[in-house]
Amino acid sequence: MIAPLTRPLDTGLTSPSPGPEAASATPVKVRAEELSFYYGKTRALDNISLDIRANVVTAFIGPSGCGKSTFIRTLNRMNDIVPGARVVGKIEIDGQNIYAPGTDVVSLRRRVGMVFQKSNPFPKSIFENVAYGLRLNGMAASRRELEGMVESSLQAAALWTEVKDRLHDSALALSGGQQQRLCIARALAIRPEVLLMDEPASALDPIATQRIEELIYELKRDYTIVIVTHSMQQAARVSDVTAFFWLGRLVEAGPTAALFTNPREKLTEDYVTGRFG
Amino acid sequence: MDRHIPHFQEELELLKTRLLEMGGLAEDRVRSAVRALVERDYATVERVLVSDEAINKLHIEIDDRCFKLLALHQPMAVDLRAIVAAEKINTDLERVGDLAINIAEAVGRYLQHPSVKELTDIPRMAVIAQGMLRDALDAFVRRDTVLAQAVLDRDDELDALKTQVFRDLLNHMLRDPATIEPGLDLVLISRHLERIGDHATNVAEDVIFMVSARDVRHHQEEHR
Repeated sequence: MIAPLTRPLDTGLTSPSPGPEAASATPVKVRAEELSFYYGKTRALDNISLDIRANVVTAFIGPSGCGKSTFIRTLNRMNDIVPGARVVGKIEIDGQNIYAPGTDVVSLRRRVGMVFQKSNPFPKSIFENVAYGLRLNGMAASRRELEGMVESSLQAAALWTEVKDRLHDSALALSGGQQQRLCIARALAIRPEVLLMDEPASALDPIATQRIEELIYELKRDYTIVIVTHSMQQAARVSDVTAFFWLGRLVEAGPTAALFTNPREKLTEDYVTGRFG
Repeated sequence: MDRHIPHFQEELELLKTRLLEMGGLAEDRVRSAVRALVERDYATVERVLVSDEAINKLHIEIDDRCFKLLALHQPMAVDLRAIVAAEKINTDLERVGDLAINIAEAVGRYLQHPSVKELTDIPRMAVIAQGMLRDALDAFVRRDTVLAQAVLDRDDELDALKTQVFRDLLNHMLRDPATIEPGLDLVLISRHLERIGDHATNVAEDVIFMVSARDVRHHQEEHR
């Protein structure tokens, strides 16, 4: 059994270690401190402590039911809507506990955007999908400014050239991969600081997956990205840091290259080599 | 999660078995080549010279297995290290096989001359080199890093013996130019044996990498 962690796991990015990871030491953006999560009496997360660094892609891996999706949803309080859900411990973003009383959840979710497994565009035009959040938040002062922000969001999501001539067509007419990039554009439009992605490519074909992965790589310059993925190869390809969850516990977190070539924990090794069960 | 274990692990085991077969063949060839020298047995020389095919076939088969395992299973962690190590060990063993042939060729030429001297150091070198190779392969099978480290520690002994053989033969050749031609072949043989030790060292380093993920090549750890 794994001893509960009382301090955030050192992901190896702070201390000078050999390899390219060493160069990417950045400040802590999100910090989980002794976080436990309950669905009624069921404990879904057990005492998780983890530092997520700015402008780094952090991947969560682990078998189904390990808590990785529950954990990513605690980072913008998406679990609040689950009846009987209870959180113990802290999640800090830029040092502020997002579970502190009086936290404005709407503004939290503006700072921490989310993209889901199944693309879920609104049944509106491509333009309106991206403009919606901007309007809702009163972020554009004029039509011209709104158009500019829609364009830059679509460009950031690597979708602009494919849709610029049909912005007012229905978003539902786009392919699955395009719809997912539209959802990313919609999330980026309101300028979040952190982008959470819960299996963003699991319903996509390999080419669309590759585009999303390339996009994740591009986006980390401007955002802190957390991705849940069932595909270890995807975690290996896109992330800088990987965290392995098992039965609601965080078993190991560290530089991705190290975790997949020489994991510290036997459990991690068994999982990444397929010896589980 | 365990759906591909039997299949993949079986393939991995088969890869190791093939590698050991290859190691056995290479070892055997070195032993025969040295015995041909010590016993002045030309028939054995000829047998070694035509024994290339089995090793070459295995060399290609093992490479192909590694390549396919990497492509089809995308192994991680210890499995990934095992396959990367197997590829490198494969190359080293093939080189050992080639060096055994080089030794047999030199022995073939050497046997056409009278003995330069009573051989003592070269058979000693052969014993050490073969021992290193055998231990490196045992370390691979048993995943034994202590034994692998012991192989690395013996390489200096082999290097020292080679230097001694060079110096000794140089003296003979300086004194009696008739010994130059066979003497040079003995120099070559000792050089080949020393190279076999180097390949055994590589194998031992790969075993340490495979088991513990430590890269001990070029004394990296001492320099840290």
